[in-house]
Amino acid sequence: MKPKIGVFSFTSCEGCQLQVFNLEEEFASLIDQVEFVNFREAMSEKGEDYQIAFIEGSITRESEIETLKSIREKAEILIAFGACAHLGGVNNLKNLHPMDGWLPSVYNRKDLFTDTIPTRRIKDVVPVDYVMPGCPIDKCEFLRFVQSLILKIEPRLPDYPVCVECRSKGNICLVEQGKWCLGSITRAGCDAICPTYKDSCAGCRGLVEEPNIESLVNILLEKGFSKDEIRSKLGFFNGLEDIEI
Amino acid sequence: MTHDIHLHHITRIEGHGNLVLNIREGTIEELRLEIVESPRFFEVMLKGRRFDEAPHITSRICGICAISHTTASIKACEAAMDIAPSEETVLLRKILINAEVLQSHILHVYLLALPDFFGVGSIIPMVDTNPDIVRRALRLKRAANEVCRVLVGRHVHPIGMDIGGFKRLPTQKDLDEVRGLLESTAPDMDETIRFFEGIKMPEFNRATRYISLRSKDEYALYDGRLYKKGIPPIEPARYKELITEEVIEYSTAKHARSGDESIMVGALARVNNNYEYLCDEAKEAARRLGLEPPSTNPFMNNIAQVVESIHCIHDSLKLLDLLSSRSLRGEKSQIKVKAGNGVGAVEAPRGTLYHEYDIDEKGVIQGVNCIIPTAQNLLNIEEDIRSMVPTIIELPKNEIEQRLEMLVRAYDPCISCSTHFLEVKFVE
Repeated sequence: MKPKIGVFSFTSCEGCQLQVFNLEEEFASLIDQVEFVNFREAMSEKGEDYQIAFIEGSITRESEIETLKSIREKAEILIAFGACAHLGGVNNLKNLHPMDGWLPSVYNRKDLFTDTIPTRRIKDVVPVDYVMPGCPIDKCEFLRFVQSLILKIEPRLPDYPVCVECRSKGNICLVEQGKWCLGSITRAGCDAICPTYKDSCAGCRGLVEEPNIESLVNILLEKGFSKDEIRSKLGFFNGLEDIEI
Repeated sequence: MTHDIHLHHITRIEGHGNLVLNIREGTIEELRLEIVESPRFFEVMLKGRRFDEAPHITSRICGICAISHTTASIKACEAAMDIAPSEETVLLRKILINAEVLQSHILHVYLLALPDFFGVGSIIPMVDTNPDIVRRALRLKRAANEVCRVLVGRHVHPIGMDIGGFKRLPTQKDLDEVRGLLESTAPDMDETIRFFEGIKMPEFNRATRYISLRSKDEYALYDGRLYKKGIPPIEPARYKELITEEVIEYSTAKHARSGDESIMVGALARVNNNYEYLCDEAKEAARRLGLEPPSTNPFMNNIAQVVESIHCIHDSLKLLDLLSSRSLRGEKSQIKVKAGNGVGAVEAPRGTLYHEYDIDEKGVIQGVNCIIPTAQNLLNIEEDIRSMVPTIIELPKNEIEQRLEMLVRAYDPCISCSTHFLEVKFVE
């Protein structure tokens, strides 16, 4: 029996689902091993008999809460799929602004779409069995993850920081060059793709276990970054802007 | 003939939309294309952030058109601060836009639209029944995505693009790899044209207003002026003279119109407006596939996407020739932070995309407006449905539903994009 998979999308850009499509040739072999029964972006059928549910996106409307709960009831295994589901992702940024200004600033009135709520992570609403981190998710990691589920091996994420992967790529440290970077406190598994393309790690994969935030903050302060700048970077994906500095 | 049609969460499109249609005794009593995607409030998110975070944040509006959003955002910042990117930067950006258009069109025509013509619910059963077609589509999509990976790290949320230049400038080796990838698509694109010669689009015509960028030098995707037939092209900064948006109670995406008229943007609009600038290979494909501009059949948007795919590949190869005739220099344009208002317009795969930012003297964003292609097409889709229903009303309900879903899908709507922004509250 092939395991049955449902892919569900809440508030997001749907880029993590697209990464599944972006497996391209491997996508064809993937569907030899699993059966997608519900995947609105890709197929018309809408099956309810899934065992594994991948949840993309954050929860930002009252109506999404009930839908998510009903998926949780049906699924044996539920995975927070991508940064919006895992951490809140960029959707967190709206929480930094007063809620009563959201609707007027976009729709110029307050009486429409009033079930809008502050961004919640999936684990704030239902229990989550596993997390697939990243903005977007890494498609190779997804493939390995699904293979683990099929073989009933406990999926594991790297428990070391992005710095480890970055050094092994031979990159010159961005912080040493006077730039900000959250690679030292962020969970690896992305192959340090952002620093490799000369961009700072913004922490989209979430914190590594036992992150030394204080040490990073001190280094960035020494490099001349202001406390506000540092808070803003820590808040980008992780929602850590309230941190004491 | 009485039908209550309610297509809940139309499938094989990007984002969440419903179609409600009540037909009583042969006339339409109620018609609503409801966009029920959750609003994201990017306009709120950006306020108070530094300008150089905008491309990073707005890329997350849409996973499919991430490069278009990043580009429009970069262009808006550059316009606000009078930053002129180098010619090499512009050439590279054009290759990236071409690659995004190619990957998005291939995704749509093959993986999302094609199952309708094979009478199946998705591409998945076709892996067994039509493996050649599926593998060809996946190879083409991979080539387009690989171009993006080589140049800027990945397609979904590109990394290396930046205001004033590139964070990491591609090397000559990268450019050679990109050339190899694009050249490798030739047999599959030949086969694609042959294949679509055998697919018949439904016959339905309704003339509307087609809007796109237009340039006097080339087939406009990265840059140009705004064009609607019958009026002289205008600078993108004046987009509000051409397009207005209104809030619709049943849709979290606003509806755009031009004057009193609904408009269409995207591949068909561009081919209709700028056919003469297509490369010869793309024109030949258009001829073979029966696309004669101006075409007023929205289903031909699928074919226009095939034609543009051909154009994007050949155009990128020409751009690579231009790049190899000059050395890639690492210098980025100087950025001097200053207050200003800037509009960045670009042709995303689904049509013209606008980002407008108001930036203060510290480089902090104070006002944002974005108009997303799908929001511009929604009213036109409703008008098409209104006009098409009488021609299909004698069909059984399930066939009417299927035909309407195909029509919506032909526009390749990207709904998670279209609920994002709007409104403008600029600080004076």
